[in-house]
Amino acid sequence: MSSNAITIPGVQIDEKPWVDTLHEWVTTVDHKRLGVLYILYALLFLVVAGVEALIIRIQLMFPHNHFVSPQVFNRLFTMHGTTMVFFMGMPILFGFANYLVPLMIGARDMAFPRLNAFSFWLSAMGGFLLYFSLVGANGLYGAGNAPDAGWWAYAPLTARAFSPGHSTDYWTLALLVSGFGSIGTAINIIATILCMRCPGMKLNRMPLLAWLNLVMAGMVLLAVSPLTAAQFMLLIDRYLGGHFFDTQAGGSAMLWMHFFWIFGHPEVYVLIIPCFAFMSEIIPVFSRKPIFGYPVMVAATVCIGFVSMSVWAHHMFSVGMNSYANSFFTITTMAVGVPTGIKIFNWLGTMWGGKIQFKVPMLFCIAFLFQFLTAGLTGIMLGSAAFDSQLTLSYFVVAHFHYTLVGGVVFGVFAALYYWYPKITGRILNETLGKLHFWLFLIGFHLTFDLMHIPGLLGMPRRIYTYEPGRGWDTVNLLISVGGFIQAIAVVIFVANLVVSYFKGKKAGNDPWDAWTLEWATSSPPPAYNFASIPLVASRRPLWDLKHPEDPDSRYE
Amino acid sequence: MSAMANPFPQAPATWRLPDRGKVAMAGLIIAESAIFTIFVVAYLFYVGKSLTGPTPREVLETPIFYTICLLSSSLTIHFAAKSLARERVGAFLGLWVLTIVLGGTFMYGTGQEWHRLIYEHGLTISTNLFGTTYYSLVGLHAFHVTAGLVMLSIVAIFAVVGRVQGEQSRRVEVLSMYWHFVDAVWVVVFTVVYVLGR
Repeated sequence: MSSNAITIPGVQIDEKPWVDTLHEWVTTVDHKRLGVLYILYALLFLVVAGVEALIIRIQLMFPHNHFVSPQVFNRLFTMHGTTMVFFMGMPILFGFANYLVPLMIGARDMAFPRLNAFSFWLSAMGGFLLYFSLVGANGLYGAGNAPDAGWWAYAPLTARAFSPGHSTDYWTLALLVSGFGSIGTAINIIATILCMRCPGMKLNRMPLLAWLNLVMAGMVLLAVSPLTAAQFMLLIDRYLGGHFFDTQAGGSAMLWMHFFWIFGHPEVYVLIIPCFAFMSEIIPVFSRKPIFGYPVMVAATVCIGFVSMSVWAHHMFSVGMNSYANSFFTITTMAVGVPTGIKIFNWLGTMWGGKIQFKVPMLFCIAFLFQFLTAGLTGIMLGSAAFDSQLTLSYFVVAHFHYTLVGGVVFGVFAALYYWYPKITGRILNETLGKLHFWLFLIGFHLTFDLMHIPGLLGMPRRIYTYEPGRGWDTVNLLISVGGFIQAIAVVIFVANLVVSYFKGKKAGNDPWDAWTLEWATSSPPPAYNFASIPLVASRRPLWDLKHPEDPDSRYE
Repeated sequence: MSAMANPFPQAPATWRLPDRGKVAMAGLIIAESAIFTIFVVAYLFYVGKSLTGPTPREVLETPIFYTICLLSSSLTIHFAAKSLARERVGAFLGLWVLTIVLGGTFMYGTGQEWHRLIYEHGLTISTNLFGTTYYSLVGLHAFHVTAGLVMLSIVAIFAVVGRVQGEQSRRVEVLSMYWHFVDAVWVVVFTVVYVLGR
């Protein structure tokens, strides 16, 4: 197909001054530009929080190390966790949803473009507010600068008595502001998917990416709102003298735990479901087969959405709930493994018998499958209340959730970046650098996070800033840190690849992967209006129908 | 794109999708319901756990009149939206202003109650757990009523200058969804605070 953009022959367009370009980007309401802004903003915070992780790992390399003070260490893991979840994970996935959903359903923009821009800037300002605490949080007390109560900020650590100064206020306000942004974006995604589909794009013909983002957005509405409510309560406690989490006035620290984890556990599914969406789009294209079990995939996702709303207290087995609560949350946690397992089998079923092309996006997808499965298995272990009592708050837990979030989400995001970079920029990322990035990151990841299970099993608690020598943790910790640096080198190669390929990469054309969804029907990068004429769709793979008029999918649906 | 123009002969004759305004408002209502749920849970969890007085039984009086005002405003806004859909702009404006008056009366009632609690009984948000949970739950609802009144008033101003006609009725219906939600939340808050909580 020839380029989709409308060009007027004989008209020379002058290069715009950079101020005009900047102004266009800042004031844009175009879903593609906002998507790119989300992704760039998230990558910035990936680097910032990654550097924090490296400092943590330098401190833990050797016993009795004094690279940073205990106070700074507390701030580092708090900022690392908060940043990675709220200002890297959520924005990058919202960025892809923003960019891809309208293109995939044949729409010209999101349902509410201005709400979209508003939500982005709210999220962005939330991130900058969090980091402004480094400058502004000293207050009159001269105590603390960055937030240091951990990313879950358990009461009473956040009470005025234990968090003087303004660091906790910055944490609360940053999360509140970005939370409003997330709710706005989620509403926008839902309205776009339900109300903006092109003719013929019935719900059962939507690309799985749209379906999974619909579920994700619904979960954001139900999961982020409780966090918003809990942050209001914390603000009332800190500023108006309320007693929600004040045990001296009869308040309960447990209540904060429940409210936080009602948000916190669905949140990890909010992060992983869009990565399931990437898998569901990328694996079929590189296996040259349609997705196996489309309706089951949709059903399993909706099922995960429901079940994951009732598992939150498995984060709290050690705080003293009664045996009925422990049993209930153990059972629901085990149950969520069933639909997740169905998905893994479906991706394997898609690859089975396919002509698999081992391009870089596919490599990341295959690694994702293995790693997410392993992370799921340690999740089942920790989901059992009896086992969890032994290992909670140890490095085993840290290893488990980094396995899901790095081995799952980060690998998924890398796969998506390699797969859709040609659509976004018009250039293909360099394959050699990509493979180098993949293998280095894979080795670094496994060195760090496979080994991290061991000190956990040996009893090393999380969040300690140093440890005694001779407990069998020393060598393992050194190797874990080395793995962290290998990952950092891989990310540097990736960033270099992003920059070099942007200027010198191979031209992508409209459809470099010979794919089947609508975003590949328009030019790369797509024009502001996406499609010159709104497409019509008769099957789940509209581009297959177009390329193979003699044997269209629509005949079999 | 011309190659893409119409490769599929089975294009649907009619293609209807839900109204995006209503879908978005439904999404907002789901999110808001989750926020209210958390505050309601906190209220119920802390019923009777205050270490000092005053207690709800001592100081709360059931606001029946103001509740009737708020709930009947749901009816008036419903018929206002219906009138607009039938192009009866005069009836719309009358019912719309009546809705604002009823909502305003409810807010006056809340103000009265808070004034009485603060100045007669010395109950503030920092007095005890009852004060903390009561003012935040009722206050959160009052905030939503206030936000609704501001939006209703903006529409009323546009209607007075003649800018609200039948073609805006879908937008007015979106606002009316929000107002129904605020009323429904009051039913829950009323039950929790004035019936179960005492």
